[in-house]
Amino acid sequence: MMSRDTAVVADGLTKRFGDFVAVEDVSFEVSSGEIFGFLGPNGAGKTTTMKMLTGLLLPSAGGGSVAGFDIMTEAEAIKRNIGYMSQLFSLYADLTVDENIAFFARLYGVPVDRRRERRDWVVEMAGLDDQVDRLTGELPLGWKQRLALGCAVLHEPPILFLDEPTSGVDPISRRSFWDLIYELADRGTTVFVTTHYMEEAEYCNRLALMNRGQLIALDTPARLREGMEQPIFEIRVDSAPRAVAALQHAEGVVDAAMFGRELHVTLESDADAEERLRRHLDERGVSFSGLERITPALEDVFVARVRAAGGAPVD
Amino acid sequence: MSRWRGRFERVLGMVAKEFRQIFRDPRMVRVIFFAPIFQLIVFGYAVSTDLWKTKTFVVDHDNTRASRELVEALTASGYFQVSGRSQRPADLVRALDHGDAILGLQIPAGFASSLQERGGPARVQLLIDGTNSNTASVAQSYAERIVQSYALEYAPTRPIAVDFRERAWYNADLASRNYNVPAVVGALILLVCLLLTSLAVVREREIGTLEQLRVSPLASVELIAGKTIPFAVIGLVDLALVTTVALIWFGVPFRGSLLLLFGASVLYLLSGLGVGLLISTISKTQQEAFMASFLVFMPAILLSGFMFPVSSMPELFQWLTLVNPVRHYIEIVRAIFLKGTNLGALWPQFLALAGIGAGLLSFASSRFSKTAS
Repeated sequence: MMSRDTAVVADGLTKRFGDFVAVEDVSFEVSSGEIFGFLGPNGAGKTTTMKMLTGLLLPSAGGGSVAGFDIMTEAEAIKRNIGYMSQLFSLYADLTVDENIAFFARLYGVPVDRRRERRDWVVEMAGLDDQVDRLTGELPLGWKQRLALGCAVLHEPPILFLDEPTSGVDPISRRSFWDLIYELADRGTTVFVTTHYMEEAEYCNRLALMNRGQLIALDTPARLREGMEQPIFEIRVDSAPRAVAALQHAEGVVDAAMFGRELHVTLESDADAEERLRRHLDERGVSFSGLERITPALEDVFVARVRAAGGAPVD
Repeated sequence: MSRWRGRFERVLGMVAKEFRQIFRDPRMVRVIFFAPIFQLIVFGYAVSTDLWKTKTFVVDHDNTRASRELVEALTASGYFQVSGRSQRPADLVRALDHGDAILGLQIPAGFASSLQERGGPARVQLLIDGTNSNTASVAQSYAERIVQSYALEYAPTRPIAVDFRERAWYNADLASRNYNVPAVVGALILLVCLLLTSLAVVREREIGTLEQLRVSPLASVELIAGKTIPFAVIGLVDLALVTTVALIWFGVPFRGSLLLLFGASVLYLLSGLGVGLLISTISKTQQEAFMASFLVFMPAILLSGFMFPVSSMPELFQWLTLVNPVRHYIEIVRAIFLKGTNLGALWPQFLALAGIGAGLLSFASSRFSKTAS
């Protein structure tokens, strides 16, 4: 048995599909009760890593453990101790809310005398009190998603895996979904979540950044932001698209991206920043009305890190 | 909860869920209950190789009592019906050309006299539309027999070298319905198992619930059991349904043991479920599964002896039919229905069914376990 406070361990996890290395030598540990975010562009290997941890895929090399069970040899025990929810909200659309809950309760071996209580808990937390006899397929996406989460934790698993759980859901539903995740984490559930929404990444206790199958950063969101050495400036210009074109490949500029009507520009150093930027923009005839050094948003960190690691696989 | 109780509980949950989904889908209900009855009606009524009131065109140049009696003998059997008469052979040709007649009977002038007075061989000509070779050969042999027995009556004194008396056992009227209807059971159970099993698995893959099941405590073998048991049950219900209709509505004889039929059907189900699972491992979408099911179903039926006797297939195909579970099952079903054969004579077919079924299902299960996510 491992120590009580480590919920998930990945140790040199590697997955190859033929010549393609989907996940390469990834190691990390997730503590109990932690909300651990897995961030990365599409194709970075997030889902593959999660599939290896949940016993859906066997690693080509390396190993790990989930809830104290070895992922290579004790996949069956792992499956009894985890909840899993994917972006597909895998419910049966042709069954009612109640029937879905009853099915998953049986599947996860919820004891008969606790089923009623667990069912009531799910119905309440998903806000589906008046909807229990409706076909799941008729529910709005946000409700489906909460119901799927409820079904995934019917058996009160110590560890919950969420694979891009909020894709396609409106921001308000996403916010209330995260309220539920916090509630679960408060009760001691470890949450392992993959995402590519930056705002969602901010909710995590710790973040692992993946790119091209490799782990390129791992820290709390705050420290990731602080750890960004290159200065970031927000500049105001009359035409953001033209400014991006002017700055993107300019000397001393690491990255320039639009943030609404402003521009976020990452520079190699902050020496003479204003003067240099003004010069680059003048050359292209873009008028420049001010700049401000800002703390990087997570997205800036993400973009900078991915770029430093060789760019996203699909660009 | 003990290990086995857990297993039982999970499989039961799967089976209950599957039935709920099946009966919630009106299309499924139609496939399960109406399709069998429809097939049975088609095979019971429409698909028949029996001859009945075959259209016959008569050109009688003789026009005597003897010639009229010959025509009468043909039509009295019920197998033939006069659809036209003429004195001109060209009309007969036209009737055959246009499909207005399938049989043409031409009686030359002097037929009666050569039959009675001179005792020489009397000649009649029979023309048959051979485009449908099945009907043609049956019509030909029936007509031949009728003409011969007619000849015997007219010239009873002529010595006969061989008195050939035929009698069909087990199906005295040679009614093709008695032969076809029991075999429908075989086609039906196969179709239900193949199609429903593969669709049920692939549907879950399409909507993503299969992945959800794979990360749940549901073991591979439990998932397979949960996905096959419902369709095995439905297959057996269809068996009961079709057998009941065959006996009560079509009056097909049933001379054997129901228990034996049930046993054979259970063994036969294994193959259907196995192939269904196998199809589900290679199909990404329900359309693919549907296509694959029919690609398997058609040759399995054609090479089973359902419609075309195995003994008239080329030798290579005859060997191929030995690995076709449908062939063995249809042999068993026909023997049980019509002959009342017992296990003593049917054990080779039972053994073959059990072997093929166990082989297919275990191969499918191992492939399924490896590829299901």
